[in-house]
Amino acid sequence: MNVGEDDVLAAAESWRREGRGVALATVVETWGSAPRPVGSHLVIDDRENFLGSVSGGCVEGEVIAAAGEVIDSGVPKLMEFGVADETAWKAGLSCGGMIRVYVEKVE
Amino acid sequence: MRLDLLAALNEERARRRAAIVVTEIEGGRQRLVREAEIGKDPLGAVLASQLRAGKSGLVEAKGARCFLELHMPPPRLVITGAVHVSQALAPMAKLLGYDVTIVDPRTAFATPERFPDVPLLAEWPDTALPKLALDHWTAFVALTHDPKIDEPALAMALTSRCFYVGALGSKKTHARRVESLKKRGIAEEAIARIHAPIGLAIGAQSPPEIALAILAEITLRLRRGPEARL
Repeated sequence: MNVGEDDVLAAAESWRREGRGVALATVVETWGSAPRPVGSHLVIDDRENFLGSVSGGCVEGEVIAAAGEVIDSGVPKLMEFGVADETAWKAGLSCGGMIRVYVEKVE
Repeated sequence: MRLDLLAALNEERARRRAAIVVTEIEGGRQRLVREAEIGKDPLGAVLASQLRAGKSGLVEAKGARCFLELHMPPPRLVITGAVHVSQALAPMAKLLGYDVTIVDPRTAFATPERFPDVPLLAEWPDTALPKLALDHWTAFVALTHDPKIDEPALAMALTSRCFYVGALGSKKTHARRVESLKKRGIAEEAIARIHAPIGLAIGAQSPPEIALAILAEITLRLRRGPEARL
């Protein structure tokens, strides 16, 4: 756990117990200078409330959109972001690094 | 992630026990491996080395790409002595992410006015420390200058798994303390674990500077292990 952060995993559990649709996004790989370390979490509910961070803000919008699909389908998704990637035009990392984010449903 | 797995993980975290979530990236199969169960897991050796390194990451194991997500308890700082240095040390340690607890049986010192937002145990170390269950992610510092309080606490810290043990006092004070701990039956190699004089030698003078020196030394032990030299 990274210190001084909101307790994202506790929120994921309590949100799900309240009956909300919940997805959990996790940074699983980074290259170069990435803003958030491997293991960082973002939890998203079906009304796009979220807590935590996977990139310090750069790609959260894309991840939150993908979370909606993952909550609907139940199928996990591996997303990649970085300057060398075409998605960088939509959601790039200002620091020049790359990250992979795993998005899964809490069920 | 299944809710029961998430709940079990949160339970381990609340109990200050390490655990690893293993996720197969293709297919999404997932399991929770508690620290005590690592030896029995099919990926036991990989998990053990990942835990030693202290880092989450992707691994290729048994033909599958797995994400190993490590959960280590947040570091904790236990202080004996609700003293002047502690008034700087406690908030600075909290800023660094430590769970801080102060133990001092002298109720005149251990007041919420002097230590807002810090858990205070106005008890003798013999009573307070067993309840705190000093573990591998705990740093202990003795700051009272009073051997009646510091020495029994140090004796307990030295026989625990604390990753850092430090004690305030000059070399002369420490030499007396070493003799006294030996008389209590503490082994010499355990006594040698005490960082004394406490803190990195940065010429600290004021209480906040002393707190900084202590926290720098604790950080060095937390991040680079017991043998690292600057």
